[in-house]
Amino acid sequence: MALGTGVGAAEVPLVTEDTAVPARRVRRLRIPRSPKVLIGLGMLVFFVLLGVIGPLVAPHDPSASLSTTNGTPQPPSAAHWLGTTQIQQDVLSQMLVGGRSTMLVAFMAGLVATALSVIIGVSAGYVSGLADDLLSMLINIGLVLPALPLLIVMTGFLPKDSNPSDLLIGLIIAVTGWAWGARVLRVQTLSLRNRDFVQSARIIGERRWRIIGFEILPGLVPIIASSFLFTVIYGVGTYTALAFLGLINGTHWSWGTILFWAQSQTAAQNGYWWWWVPPGLAVALLGTALALLNFGIDEFINPRLRSAGLSRRQAKKTGLPRRFPLGVTPVARPRDSAFPAAEEPGS
Amino acid sequence: MILLLRRIGFYILAALVAITLDFFIPRLMPGNAVAAALANLRSQFTPATIKALELQYGVGTNQSLWSQYVHYWDKLLHGDMGISTSHYPATVTSVISAGLPWTLGLVGLATVISFMLGTLLGILVAWRRGTALDNLLPVMTFFQAAPYFFLAIVLVTVFSTKLGWFPAINAYDQTLVTPGWNWAYISNVLYHAFLPALTIVLASAAGWIVGMRNVMVTTMDEDYVLVAQAKGLPKRRVISYAARNAILPSVTGFSLAIGFVVSGALLTEIVFSYPGIGYILQQAVLERDYPLLQGVFLIITFAVLTANLIADFAYVLLDPRTRQEG
Repeated sequence: MALGTGVGAAEVPLVTEDTAVPARRVRRLRIPRSPKVLIGLGMLVFFVLLGVIGPLVAPHDPSASLSTTNGTPQPPSAAHWLGTTQIQQDVLSQMLVGGRSTMLVAFMAGLVATALSVIIGVSAGYVSGLADDLLSMLINIGLVLPALPLLIVMTGFLPKDSNPSDLLIGLIIAVTGWAWGARVLRVQTLSLRNRDFVQSARIIGERRWRIIGFEILPGLVPIIASSFLFTVIYGVGTYTALAFLGLINGTHWSWGTILFWAQSQTAAQNGYWWWWVPPGLAVALLGTALALLNFGIDEFINPRLRSAGLSRRQAKKTGLPRRFPLGVTPVARPRDSAFPAAEEPGS
Repeated sequence: MILLLRRIGFYILAALVAITLDFFIPRLMPGNAVAAALANLRSQFTPATIKALELQYGVGTNQSLWSQYVHYWDKLLHGDMGISTSHYPATVTSVISAGLPWTLGLVGLATVISFMLGTLLGILVAWRRGTALDNLLPVMTFFQAAPYFFLAIVLVTVFSTKLGWFPAINAYDQTLVTPGWNWAYISNVLYHAFLPALTIVLASAAGWIVGMRNVMVTTMDEDYVLVAQAKGLPKRRVISYAARNAILPSVTGFSLAIGFVVSGALLTEIVFSYPGIGYILQQAVLERDYPLLQGVFLIITFAVLTANLIADFAYVLLDPRTRQEG
């Protein structure tokens, strides 16, 4: 598993034998329907909808001063649901417009970083010898170089006066976010390439791209999905941090930009909570939604992680204890009485 | 031992890459940013200083990139990172060494607390899984998903602006205490460090909790844990058998986490006006102080590499298998 070039000898058992089943079974990717996943999915759908329709329904132009008479931020009112900033911009409009940019950047970063990590990680795992050593070295260096200073430098390449493109920002963030996924994918590819079904495909004389594309990649789907979600979380946080530091043009609205302006006017100390709480809370909730989905994928990869095997009602019906003693972890739930649950732990 | 030597070799290589990257940072900036920055400074600095800066960045001189690179190494090996243009006439080295102890103290302490607390909670959550403790995971995840600086602002607002329990800015109160090895100063420093440290612990603990729990749940199904319980060993012993084995991946995960924690801690410092590296970094960015920016990049990278090296040593100490293989 670890060829000495990996960061450590032992691997987080995120990568267990369970994921390495042949393509046929993984195609039906069934994410466990636990409350965590459902809540996470619901929240994510809400935020994506917000990102799509937000700028269309925003009542005002986020940069426009709606009144010049009052220099202090106004608390929420019927006219401005989330109040105003010190130059009377509508915070709700800024939130709605900024949501799209925040999510575009995050998903762009997630997509590009995941693509990079699949290309680099799977190649490193599949080829061996010098190429693997070099690619692993690249991955490990990417892991240990701290991202924030690099990002600060790279945002220097963004145009300062005009509106930077969201896709470009996402690309820059992706450059610092691919290494984690690449490392996990490399390890899993290493373990897959010596399985019988891959060996037999090779003996039949399948081409290399076909083996990678049709034999190995399907077994990597849960890990790719998990690394995608992880990178999107990273993208949301990083973009917000960069904007908060004032490295992104201040009229390019995102949740981080709102926080930047609020902080520069010491909104927190002055009690203008309507100005800085909504953007921070939105970032936190979006990240939580993605992390909850990631729990679901973890539980799919390693069924033992499902916290409780049985609901109270099921436990009563089947006569099984709700929490099992050591040594037995119920990974399947009894769905109906026709399928005796008592046989579950043994199956 | 072989493993450790290989790791040290890798870190030296990573350091070389970082130093080279550092060399290219100002040279890759678009629109001749360095020349523009130097032009701005021309009126404030002595001609000798300008000359030194021009040499450092190869502006106006006709040196090849390679001889600039050699010059850069020569300066660096002599501990000379140039003059900070925003703290003129202080050198980059002196500015950074003034801020470094604060950051090392804050981040080091907070990371150790967060690691221990997170690991312990992870063990507990795994052991008592299926109980109300499971709800700890989503709650801590929320804290982790919130940006560090947002969490910092919330804590400042609640505990210092509203309740007045803790100070909101600075590392110690300059009007009350003088730096030195006396209890008044040390307690004042700890008092000021409490909120920033709490921010870092709250924001980073979730990673350790989830990591530890996930491995622990798997380890608890191992036969030796079952045997330990069947023998009737006290629960505490059984837990420790499982936990000792489950902790190894957490130590490996350290290298993944430390980069995030350091980045987050830098942002936390900015909110608290804590006089560490993060605060210096922000000033360097705002003032377009390239020598300082380069110095900060290098020092952060070296700190992260050192932390990783320590984690590797700890791993070898904890896991006898790594010692035998060599």
